Amino acid sequence: MGKKRSTFLFSVLCFGMAFLYVPMIFLIIYSFNYSKIVAVWGGWSLRWYAELFRSQEIWDALVLSLKIALMNATFATLLGTLAGLALVRFGRFKGRTLFTGMITAPLVMPEVITGLSLLLLFITLGDLIGWPGERGITTITIAHITFSMAYVAVIIQSRLAGMAQDLEEAAMDLGGKPFRVLVDITLPLLAPGMVSGWLLSFTLSLDDLVIASFVSGPGANTLPMLIYSRVRLGLKPDINALATIIIVVVAVGVIAAGYLMLRQQKQRERDMQMAATDTVKVTA
Amino acid sequence: MSEQTQFDDRPWLDPEAEPFIQVSGVTKRFGTFTAVDNVDLQIYQGELFCMLGGSGCGKTTLLRMLAGFDNPTSGSIYIDGADMTDVPPYERPVNMMFQSYALFPHMTVEQNVAYGLKRDGVDKQEILQRVEEMLKMVELSQFAKRKPHQLSGGQRQRVALARALVKRPKALLLDEPLGALDKRLRAQTQYELMNIQDQLGVTFVVVTHDQEEAMILSTRIAVMDAGKFAQIGTPTEIYESPETRFVANFIGSANMFEGRITEDSADHVVVRSSDPACEFYIDHGVSIKEGSKVWVAVRPEKIRVSVSAPENAAANQLSGTVRDVGYLGNTSTYRVQVADGQIVEVTHPNQSRPRGGKHAVDWDDVVHLSWEPSSAVVLTE
Amino acid sequence: MSSILSAYAAQLQHRAQSGWRSIVVFVPYIWLFVFFLAPFLIVLKISLAESLIASPPFSPLFEWTEEGVLTLQLVFDNYSYLWEDDLYVKTYLNSIKISTISTMLCLILGYPIAYAIVRSSPTTKNILLMMIILPFWTSFLLRVYAWMGLLADQGTINSFLVWLGVIDAPIRMMYSEFAVYVGIVYTYVPFMILPLYANMEKLDITLHEAAADLGARPVTTFLTITLPLTSPGILAGSLLVFIPATGEFVIPDLLGGGNVLMIGRVLYNEFNSNHDWPVAAAVAIVLLFVLVIPMMIYQHVQSRESEG
Repeated sequence: MGKKRSTFLFSVLCFGMAFLYVPMIFLIIYSFNYSKIVAVWGGWSLRWYAELFRSQEIWDALVLSLKIALMNATFATLLGTLAGLALVRFGRFKGRTLFTGMITAPLVMPEVITGLSLLLLFITLGDLIGWPGERGITTITIAHITFSMAYVAVIIQSRLAGMAQDLEEAAMDLGGKPFRVLVDITLPLLAPGMVSGWLLSFTLSLDDLVIASFVSGPGANTLPMLIYSRVRLGLKPDINALATIIIVVVAVGVIAAGYLMLRQQKQRERDMQMAATDTVKVTA
Repeated sequence: MSEQTQFDDRPWLDPEAEPFIQVSGVTKRFGTFTAVDNVDLQIYQGELFCMLGGSGCGKTTLLRMLAGFDNPTSGSIYIDGADMTDVPPYERPVNMMFQSYALFPHMTVEQNVAYGLKRDGVDKQEILQRVEEMLKMVELSQFAKRKPHQLSGGQRQRVALARALVKRPKALLLDEPLGALDKRLRAQTQYELMNIQDQLGVTFVVVTHDQEEAMILSTRIAVMDAGKFAQIGTPTEIYESPETRFVANFIGSANMFEGRITEDSADHVVVRSSDPACEFYIDHGVSIKEGSKVWVAVRPEKIRVSVSAPENAAANQLSGTVRDVGYLGNTSTYRVQVADGQIVEVTHPNQSRPRGGKHAVDWDDVVHLSWEPSSAVVLTE
Repeated sequence: MSSILSAYAAQLQHRAQSGWRSIVVFVPYIWLFVFFLAPFLIVLKISLAESLIASPPFSPLFEWTEEGVLTLQLVFDNYSYLWEDDLYVKTYLNSIKISTISTMLCLILGYPIAYAIVRSSPTTKNILLMMIILPFWTSFLLRVYAWMGLLADQGTINSFLVWLGVIDAPIRMMYSEFAVYVGIVYTYVPFMILPLYANMEKLDITLHEAAADLGARPVTTFLTITLPLTSPGILAGSLLVFIPATGEFVIPDLLGGGNVLMIGRVLYNEFNSNHDWPVAAAVAIVLLFVLVIPMMIYQHVQSRESEG
């Protein structure tokens, strides 16, 4: 009985993983195709990678996207951390319900709605106060910060909620004023959460097409916008090459991060074990 | 023999008796770790049998094999004459009470108790009636509609018990049944468990790490260590006649003196110890070569303590200085340092009140320790 | 004891509420107010305006009449237009149909996967989780693009089937609802797996043993214990798929083309190609109304989860 069940689970697992990875594998294979028509195999070649590196348009879009992603990640982490702190450690304050709503809503809000509403805001502001005069890098960054900070706030919130408040209480008991406690105790403990929030915001920004398309102006093409305009009408071999590079970079990053985390965890376990044996030695 | 008259209560002494649960040569390995190592065990109808041991001794694994959650690597398990070795848990005629109680959090007390009966396809009317009876027995009738998280620890424990018993299992397996209760509740629940077992006549197999619990509850105790049984016997046998130093130390505490046999006959043994220099006279024989190394174990409460030296007997006597006094009210425990520096623990009932704030025996007093030849046991391993 | 301490902490907090503490609350508060809440009010306002051929292409909502009186002009034409043109009604219904079916497909695929991950050894568990999360970090757009390569008439799947001799001519898979389902399930299944995993991870294994001990066969155990206890995870995962899928733009645009009606795509086109802002705004407001209940349920599930 148990055998049958685990066979079923195992096959679904294999199917699921194949489903997730086979499309990417083919994407990668075809990036090495010489032929101009993606689906027709014309032999192995690095032709499209060369083409990709020569394309000024792609470099420009990449640089723009990275700039936006960096700014977005930094500001979103700052604002999101503040929001998370406010949510968990500040108890009740006026308008808390609205605040909570505004933080969770961007997580599930369809992108078309967020994009449209932000664009209309920028236009209205432009008419009213003359800012932003031109849409582009600034407006995209603001839009990205708005939804990224919500993700950061949720990460920080869950980390704070899992963190025993008695550490902060102990610091206060030892004479730390609230601000000192925040700087000396809370923020250092939140650092890992802030790092993952930063990374998540960075990726979310690099990944976004819909919102950027709405709030961008003429001349500001982010990388996803450029890719989208190229692939709308069909397969493009140089995009396969670009996709391969992105997938490889991300995979290396994620695997390295996972490996580091695992090693850290093992190290901690070893440390704890050593501490335990030391204690035994001391007491014996 | 005097035991003859008590045969009815002690089926394990009857060679003709059919064991109800028969474990033969069962071994369980997890990878390279052997949790249960080739054990044999017979449990009889109506027993309240305890498996006692420290964590990792294999007692829980053995219980889980009786329930069917783990299958033995080798060996066989028979329950009521039927081979259960590879039968899945849902087809076994036994039920288990889990250490965590494992109450279904999304069901009410009533639904929890009815769960097993529904699985057996018992008809609705009968389920209602049996659940009601059972809840009445564990005194939870007024909580029938509550969810587990609305109950106290003791109430949850009783729901778990009711849920397992309502199916009228041939045997009830209990994993640390009192482990999650506080001390006061535990004492009360112990007796409740015994009453219920007595009422229903169901065979109970209990796993516990608490020796006091095992002593109070059981008809027989199996002391487990490193996947094997160190000793199986009644609480009295285990306490009064431990077979190994492990058992002697595990149940209660015991003072150990190392020595060599100088005289061995059918009705007594003499053991000579050099540190502390002393001779021990024990009134039971051991069939072992003279000169072999043995240990003499004496329970702290079997030792007399006095300020003046006892008159007769040269054997079973030590003297030393009181280093610590643990006053517990009803008894006091003295830690007496004898000649070679060894500490001997002595428990003494406080039969009289301290006079003028002074106890009969106090710190730094020089005292004499002595005991009867029948109070000590000779251990060979 | 702990309640005394926390009361003390609360008092300290209260006393220090002024100054830097208000900054902590106000900066993100103001930001979200200006860039998240205010835009919705503007969308609402524009959806109630008349469309004009001008820049901006809508009539102002507040107008000073010649007598110096402020008048508010609300036009519900855009909403009645949506209601009368059955293309919009059909598109909303079709979006909901597609996202509902996709959600169920994600659940059917994701549930056993999450269960298998929970049941595997710690090391395998970490690797599998990483494999589920990895696609999430790569570009969403490129993952949809990957399916264009597989599903196209001359794509990998068709070429393979023709080569095998199973079919003579390519099957039409691109630009169909089928392609949209594949795309949505593919991109959103991790959002189903992760909350389910988090939920199942907390599930006490002894409950399964207790059920088996009481006579439940594996299937019964699953139906009476596992399924009810994982329902919060099922709900959270389903909403995480359903809500964004309903408003999805990229997948229907790239894989569905003009053949699949989905509201996100209509909204995008209404805005960017037809420049009919008031209608686009009305479309957005109606979509928001459609999704507001699932969004509120999600928020409720989340807050209950975070409070334990």
